[in-house]
Parts: sequence; C-alpha cells; structure tokens
Amino acid sequence: MSEPQRIGVVRDINGPIVTIELPGIRHGEQVKIGELGLFGEVISLSGDRAVVQTYESTDGVRPGEPAEGLGWPLSVELGPGLMGGIFDGVQRPLEKIALQSGDYIRRGINVASLDRDRKWAFEPNRDLAPGEKIGPGKVLGTVQETETVLHRILVPPGVHGELEEVAPAGEYDIEEIIARVRGASGRSQELRMYHRWPVRTPRPYLRRDDGVAPLITGQRVIDTFFPQLKGGKGAVPGPFGAGKTVVQQQIARWSNADIVIYVGCGERGNELVDVLETFPKLEDPYTGRSLMERTLLVANTSNMPVVAREASVYVGITMAEYYRDMGYDVVVLADSTSRWAEALREVSGRLGQMPVEEGYPAYLASRLAAVYERAGRVETHGAGSGSVTLIGAVSPPGGDFSEPVTSHTKDIIETFWALSKELADARHYPSIDWVTSFSGHVHTAAHWWHENVDSNWENRRREALALLARDAELSRIVNLVGPEALSSAQRWDLEGAALIKEGVLQQSALDEIDTFCSPDKQFALLDLALMIYDQGAELVKRGVPVQELQRLPLLSRVRRIKSLYSSEQLDDIETFRDEVEQTLENLRQEYAKHEEQA
Amino acid sequence: MSTKEYRTAVEARGGLLVMKHTPGVAFGDRVSIEDHSGGVRNGQVIRSSNEEVLILVFEGVDDLDLENTWVRFLDAPVEIALSPELLGREFNGLGEPRDGRPPVLSSLRRAVGGSAINPAARTYPREFIQTGISTIDGLNSLVRGQKLPIFTGSGLPHNRLAAQIVRQARLKNEDASFSIVFAAMGVSYADAKFFRDEFASSGVLRNVVMFINLADDPPVERLTLPRTALTAAEYLAYDLDRHVLVVMTDMTYYAEALREVATSKGDVPARKGYPGYLYSDLAEIYERCGRIHHRHGSITMMPVVSMPSDDITHPIPDLTGYITEGQIVLSRELDNQGIYPPVHISPSLSRLMKDGIGKDDTREDHPRVAAQLYALYARALETRNLASIIGADELSSHDRRYLTFADAFDRRFVGQGENEERSIEATLDLAWELMSIFPKDGLTRVSEADIAKHYRELDEEQASSLGGGPASGVTTAVQSHSRRKRRTGSGAQPSGGG
Ligand SMILES: Nc1ncnc2c1ncn2[C@@H]1O[C@H](COP(=O)(O)OP(=O)(O)OP(=O)(O)O)[C@@H](O)[C@H]1O
Ligand SMILES: [Mg+2]
Repeated sequence: MSEPQRIGVVRDINGPIVTIELPGIRHGEQVKIGELGLFGEVISLSGDRAVVQTYESTDGVRPGEPAEGLGWPLSVELGPGLMGGIFDGVQRPLEKIALQSGDYIRRGINVASLDRDRKWAFEPNRDLAPGEKIGPGKVLGTVQETETVLHRILVPPGVHGELEEVAPAGEYDIEEIIARVRGASGRSQELRMYHRWPVRTPRPYLRRDDGVAPLITGQRVIDTFFPQLKGGKGAVPGPFGAGKTVVQQQIARWSNADIVIYVGCGERGNELVDVLETFPKLEDPYTGRSLMERTLLVANTSNMPVVAREASVYVGITMAEYYRDMGYDVVVLADSTSRWAEALREVSGRLGQMPVEEGYPAYLASRLAAVYERAGRVETHGAGSGSVTLIGAVSPPGGDFSEPVTSHTKDIIETFWALSKELADARHYPSIDWVTSFSGHVHTAAHWWHENVDSNWENRRREALALLARDAELSRIVNLVGPEALSSAQRWDLEGAALIKEGVLQQSALDEIDTFCSPDKQFALLDLALMIYDQGAELVKRGVPVQELQRLPLLSRVRRIKSLYSSEQLDDIETFRDEVEQTLENLRQEYAKHEEQA
Repeated sequence: MSTKEYRTAVEARGGLLVMKHTPGVAFGDRVSIEDHSGGVRNGQVIRSSNEEVLILVFEGVDDLDLENTWVRFLDAPVEIALSPELLGREFNGLGEPRDGRPPVLSSLRRAVGGSAINPAARTYPREFIQTGISTIDGLNSLVRGQKLPIFTGSGLPHNRLAAQIVRQARLKNEDASFSIVFAAMGVSYADAKFFRDEFASSGVLRNVVMFINLADDPPVERLTLPRTALTAAEYLAYDLDRHVLVVMTDMTYYAEALREVATSKGDVPARKGYPGYLYSDLAEIYERCGRIHHRHGSITMMPVVSMPSDDITHPIPDLTGYITEGQIVLSRELDNQGIYPPVHISPSLSRLMKDGIGKDDTREDHPRVAAQLYALYARALETRNLASIIGADELSSHDRRYLTFADAFDRRFVGQGENEERSIEATLDLAWELMSIFPKDGLTRVSEADIAKHYRELDEEQASSLGGGPASGVTTAVQSHSRRKRRTGSGAQPSGGG
C-alpha cells in the first residue's frame, strides 16, 4: 500500500462501466474516477486500458477526466464499532452519511467505516507476556463493543513474530497502537484495534469442522421440519410476496446466533428501516438485551447503484468471518442473492461477455458456489470454534424454480426452504412448502433434539411428514371424485393433517406470542397434534363415526394453543393436553359401553 | 461547449443517434438536436468517449437526415423547473407544457434522474389511508408512503378504480387531502381524457400536476416521463410539505419503450427480450416513494401495471411485484360477473398493512379479521372448485356454507358502488356479518374476545339467505389458482373445524 499513487485518464463511460487508461494498474484494484472521485474497481485489463465498475452513478463524468489507482483491492475495516450499524454495499456508514449529505446519498462522499473519534475501553489479555511468539488470531485483548458483544481484538492474518508489548487497560481510539510485534525480519509492526481485509479473499482459519448444533430459529417449520445447522448454508426461494424477507427477518430476530448480519441486497429501503426501527426495541430471547446490539446491516437497496450490490454480499460475509474468528456463531442473511446475480449479469453484459442462460454469464454457478463456500463451522486460529451460517433468499422470475439462479443454488446448499405461492395466497405462513423443501441436516439435528428436548423427536417428525404426504394424495382424490369416496380412516387422516398445518406449521410472524416458539414448545405442539390424531385414528378403527370426532370443539381449540400460551407456559399446554386426553378417553369409554350394550 | 454545434452524426437507429468526434461530452447530459426541417428534438448522452457518443433521442430518430442534423451538447443534465405553478398544469415527459400555456419559470431546476434515498434517512410508513374500498382498507390496507400498484388487464376498470381512490383517499383523523401527480405513459387519448375530466369534476384539478405521453407520442419520451413526474412529486412533498399521491399508468408501456431502446443498443436480453437491468430500472422509479425523517410531506405511489395476456408472471408485473410493497390484483372473472371493483384478494397483498392497522389506527380486531377472511375465502374457493366437479348437491352442509360465503363475499364485500365510500368500521362490520355464516368454532384466526364482541349468531336460514340462497352456489366466479395442488392451510380436508 506504500506504492506511489498513479493518475490516469477516463476514456469511455458506459453507465457504471468506465474504461480508463492507466499504466501499471492491477486487476481488482480500487480506482477513483473523475473530478467527483467516484469509487470503482478494476474488473478487466488489456494493456494500459482497464475496465472499471463504479459503485456510484457516473452521470456527468467526461472522457478526459482523471482516474486514480489507489493500490489496494476492495477492503473493509474490521474493528470495534461495527455492531448496531448500517453500512452501504461498500461499507460506508449510512447514518454518518445521512448527517453529512442529507436524505439522499451524495456521490463521491468518503466517510471512514469505523468511527475515529470514539474511545473504547481496551482490556489486554493478561495471559500474554512480552517475548511470546504470537501469530494470526491470537487474542490481544477485548473491548465491550455492545452490552452483548465482547469484541476480541485479534492479531490480524499475516502477522507473525515476537510480542514486544501490549497496551495497558485504558481508553483508546482505533487508530492508537495497542500492541507491537517484532517480525522475522526484525522489523517491529504496530497493531491497532482494527485492520483492513480484502472482501473477495476468505479469511484464514485452522481447519473446517462439521456442523454439530442446529441453529434454533424459533420457527417450527424450520427447526422441527427442515433444520439448519450453525455453519450451514441454506436458501429461501419463492415468488414475490411469498415471505422470503419475513423468514429472514424472523431468523434475524429469534435465532440463537451470537451475531446477525443482514444484507439487504437490491431490495426495499423500507425493509431495512423496519429492522432499524424495530430491532432496538426487541428483546433477544437468549440474552434479554436489545436485538440491535448483536445485529449489523448492509444495505444496497434496489435503487442504489447496481455494482455496489455485487460487492455488498462479500462485504457482509467478510465482516461475518471476522466475528467468526473471535469464536462466535454468526448468521448472514442475504436478501436477495438473485439481485446479486443480476448485478453480475449486468456487468458481464456491459463487458460484452457471452451469456449462457437467461443472459447470465458462464461463471454464475462457480461464483455462487464460491460465495456459499465461505459459510461453515471452523476451528479458528486463536478463539476456538466459530461459524458462519449463510442463508440466501432467491427471487426467481415468475416464481419459476428452474431458472438459473435457483437451480444452481439448489445444487450448492444443504437446506432448501421452498416458498409456495398457493400457500401464501391462502395466507398459510410461513409458506414453506413441506413437499419440495428439504434439509440435509435432519440426522445431525436429531442428536441435539434427542438430547435436549425429547428422544422421540425424529419419529414424531417423520410421522407428521408421512401424514402430510398422505393428505396430499387423498386431496387429489377428493378433487377428482369428492369426499364421499374416502373411508372414515382416510377422512380422519385429512383432519389430522389439517391439525398439523394449522396447529403446528402455520406460525404468524405478527402474532405477539407465537412469533417465537422455543424447541420445547415446538415439540409439545407437534406431539399434541399427533396424539390427537393417533387416538382419533384408534377410535375410528373401533367404529366411532368420524363425524363425531370432527364435531369435537377441542379441534378448534387446539389450533389456538400456539398463540394462547407462550414458550414459558408449557404447563398450560400440558394441562390442555390432559384435558384433551380425558375427553378422548371418555369418548372411548362411552363407545365401548355402547358396543357392549349392542 | 453549449454553443458549439456538431454535424458529425454517423448513424441513427431505434431512438439512438451515434456521433463521431465530439470530445469531452459528459455522460448523462442533455442534448438538443436540430433536424433538417428546423425542428428541435431532445436527447440524452448514454455512452461517451472522445471518439464516439451515443445519444438517446426522446422524440425518436424518424426521418433524421444525418447530413443535416445539428447537435448541441447543453452541458447540463436532463432537468425540470420547479415552482408551485406546476399545480394545475399539464406537461410532456420532458416537462414541456402540453396545455398551450407558457413554460414554468423558476430558478429552481432539478435533474430528473434523482439519487437514491439513504435508507437510514427513511422512516417506516405507518399511517392508514382510508380509500373507502373494502377489499383495500379491510384486507390490503394502504399507508402513507407506500407503493401499491394495481395489476390489471386490458378492458378492466383500473382507471375507474384509480380515480375512485384519488377521490376518496383520506387519512382517518386528518382533513389534509393529497396533491396528485398523474403520470401517463403510452395511454390512449380516451384514458387521459377520463382522468382529466375526473379531476375536473371532482374539483381537484388545482391540486394536480399531469405528465402525459399518449400512445401516439414518441415512445422514447416515456423513459424520462416517470422520472420527471417524480421529481415534481418530490418537490411538492419535500419542498412544499404536501402529501402526494402519484398515479402512474401504464408501467407496461414504459417497460416496452425501455425494451425497444435496449434492443437497439444491443443490450443482452434476460426474459422476453427485456433487458437484464429492467428490475433496477423500475426500482429507481418505484423506490422514490416513501417517508423521510423530519419531513412533513410524503410520496405514496399507485402505479397501474397491465399484465399482458392477464399473466401475472410476465416480467413487468413480476418485477414490479418484487419491488413494490404489495399489489392489488384485478380479476377478469369477477369483472365478467359485473362485480366492481373486481379485486381478487388471493394474489393481492399489502406488505405495509401490519403497522398501519389495529387498535390505535383502525380497530382492535382488524388484523385478525383480515387473516380470518383470507383463510375462509381460500377454503371457499377450493369448495367452489370441488362443487364445479362433483356438483353442489354432493357437498356436505358444512361445505355448502363455504359456497354461501364465497358468493356473499364476492357480491357484498368485494362488490361496491363506484361512489360508495365505506368507512373502515363499516368494512369490518360487514366482514363480521359475513363471518357469521359460520359457527363460532369455525373461526380460529380471530380471538375469543373478538368473537364475544362482534360475532352475531345466525340460524341456518339467515345464514344461507346472506349468500342469496344455496342455489346460487355453483358460480365459478373466482377459482383457486391451481386445481390440482391443494395443500393450503385448512383447505384440503373435505370437512373440518365446525
Ligand atoms: N410468517 C409470516 N407471518 C405473517 N405474515 C407473513 C409471514 N410471511 C409472510 N407474511 C406476509 O407476506 C408478506 C410478504 O412477505 P415478504 O415481504 O417476506 O415476501 P418476499 O418473498 O420477501 O417478497 P419479495 O420477493 O417481493 O421481497 C408480508 O408483508 C406479510 O404480510
Ligand atoms: Mg423480500
């Protein structure tokens, strides 16, 4: 980064794609374009000419204006002060930009990502001794970044040597030196509380580990039916209005992650405002603190420049890896990866690259895979185990899942929550379709459920899915010939499936009580619905007319239980269950008596 | 540079003009083109290098004689003059008067391209707007600062509906009315006249700015028209503190103009020949709507989007739906039945409804009533499908209730007069009346407290008379989208809860 700055000249402006002439410029290098100083990045080189994609609108730029090579690739600042913030697609702090440039984002504005004036209470790592050999990932000390997040200050990647000194406890801003390390060459290196990292390069770790624990999201159809692991990769495809953003926001709200990074990539401004306005007031069910304290937003809304949209996903993931390196479980929600892919497509189109499918370049699949590959559970260099879970929304044109982005994504991810327009139109939320969705983590998740909740989890889950599959089959018959064609047992199957759908699968994000459901409550509800189904099936087998069962008021009451009792009121659910059992038992006895008399 | 004229045009095609050797021209700048007959056209630079400049000509390049075409680069972006005098006037897509009156003079000029609102400067829209239309207020509520398009098809009464909303829209506890910005792209003379007459007869003309490009006006001008209109809307909202309702019709013609230009530029097509950047382009327009911190005014947007061949998955409604905060979808089946406004609620949605309704905004039971009506209607449509296959007589009495409900809902809740303005309370009361067709146990989306307060017991006879009798059961006004896939909430079982 000590290279001399070089100035070249703008040759051609084609929307966000600008061709410059600058000898010695490198691929991936950051460039400042024109009098306005618009930021951009070199995406192709040919001789002295470089093609630059700019993160800002190029209106008003003329051929002949200067272009300056900055000598480094697109990087982010990593250090205390990220949590609770909102950044644009190239990590500029939007709140500070609003103070400087008003309601609209002025072009060429240059504000440092991290606050230079703020002091942080640094607590050195007492185990360190001068002279000690240290390397990347070693914890130099800590800063309480927010009430919930203890920020570990790590030796940045690439720094090895002998520790000369660590600053004593005290208040420091991020530019102050908090440690010195003597490298192999004998040169002393100064370390601050922050460093820069190029976003397109994955941050190093010791080794990759398998996921072991499910990410608990408090959403029944996810946790109970299609579980995600900490460190897993998942996708939420669905047509517009099906509920992708709500699923992602629910995960951002209620999941048991340490850190949540929400990347609004080419979506609505108001959705980010929604998070910004509601999260500070919401309580994290695990820590009891404000949710905003562990949340960070990256916003490139649909009307913001398209090139920064492509960058925003990398910016979000790099920050996630940074917190992972501190030993945290981080969840990245990217809404929507389709807009990211479209940004790729737009740039490749302007470069005249050969499109392969629906205008997308040939490298779409490999880029997508590389992005998702940055998720995972790892052994970090110095802070134990950490993970990045990556969950991307996919917005297929016309809701057609065979289009390139959805189909490539499907090949890469392990958890697929397919949203259905039919379910959404009937206001069955979350509209995750239980037939086409899948999770490759059921087996691993089962260990956790059996140990922590109930040893019957995997069986119950399987029974419920089997019942739903029978229901789909029977519904087809009903649709062809009417309900009269079904046997009593089959009708009871339909009733049982309806109980699962309405009493378990449906879960309104807007319901104050049901918006979050603990694993215990999830299992209690599932078990309750299946218990009713099982016992009812038994009664039907003994000859109790199915109509008699269908008339039971408990069938409508059981559908309300989820929003009547919170996760803390499992006793009440238990009481209700006892009542139900009693009612069914009475019915059984009554019928047995009846039989005897006859 | 603005005084220098070039006669170096080398090519003209599809709305584009190619110039050679016009160095140092700024990207995005406005251009003035004088043709052989002395006529002046307007253009914008869409690619610039010292060797070659590409110009988008708003009036099109028809019969340009390259030898006799004089081009001046005006050294300024495409912009319009802004003053309160805009109100009551009519302009074209470039902000030039169409009403025969002199241009608006003002020292305040702004580029129509706009720039992105900083998301951190926005505030979440949450003020309920009462439109007096039950399907909107009750089930897909509009709030101030929302973008809520009407998805429609040719021949459907979207114009009448938009006009009714313009006439009736008001905040519950405020007198302040909306200023209207009306943007017409590629519409027929008759449609434009309908709106003009409508504004005149309802006495709001003094409060309306119109930007009009008719079907026989140059299509390229449609590309800048919504931007010009929104620049005016932003001025009214944020400089003059007004609440602005922007009605834009028809976004489909806008997108077709975009496709035309994209094709002649040689842009890589994505779906149906539309360029890959159609999404971002539409978003630049739609996202200019909203509410901003510390600003009194607001921009609410109601674009009309026609669905070619009534296909909601066509790229234009599809991409619009991915950007806007919901959609009101009109149905040809309902229209054929004479039901006005023919709003099909199943695919309709308002995403901003949640914070604008309920105890403090409309009525305590509102969110749950909406959820309940949706669930009942979804099931009712499936029952209708079933009845059309096996015959209504084969249905259980329980299922027949759903038929009764479907008919009553279509006729009485969806259907209403073009001048009928229902208060939100009236809409919700009507909802309860229809819900009373079912026994209490069948209503699991509303709370027990709601039932105690609003539910009215009906006997079998009253219940069926609400729907006009079971005989009218097997109309197939609207059926569920897919007959085969029936896996929705309560839908799939042939008998249930009650
Ligand atoms: N779990 C849920 N509970 C309650 N309402 C929901 C739920 N999921 C979705 N909705 C409703 O559906 C609407 C649309 O959901 P959402 O905005 O998440 O859709 P989307 O798939 O992200 O659409 P787009 O692709 O256009 O962004 C929400 O505004 C809300 O009204
Ligand atoms: Mg969304």
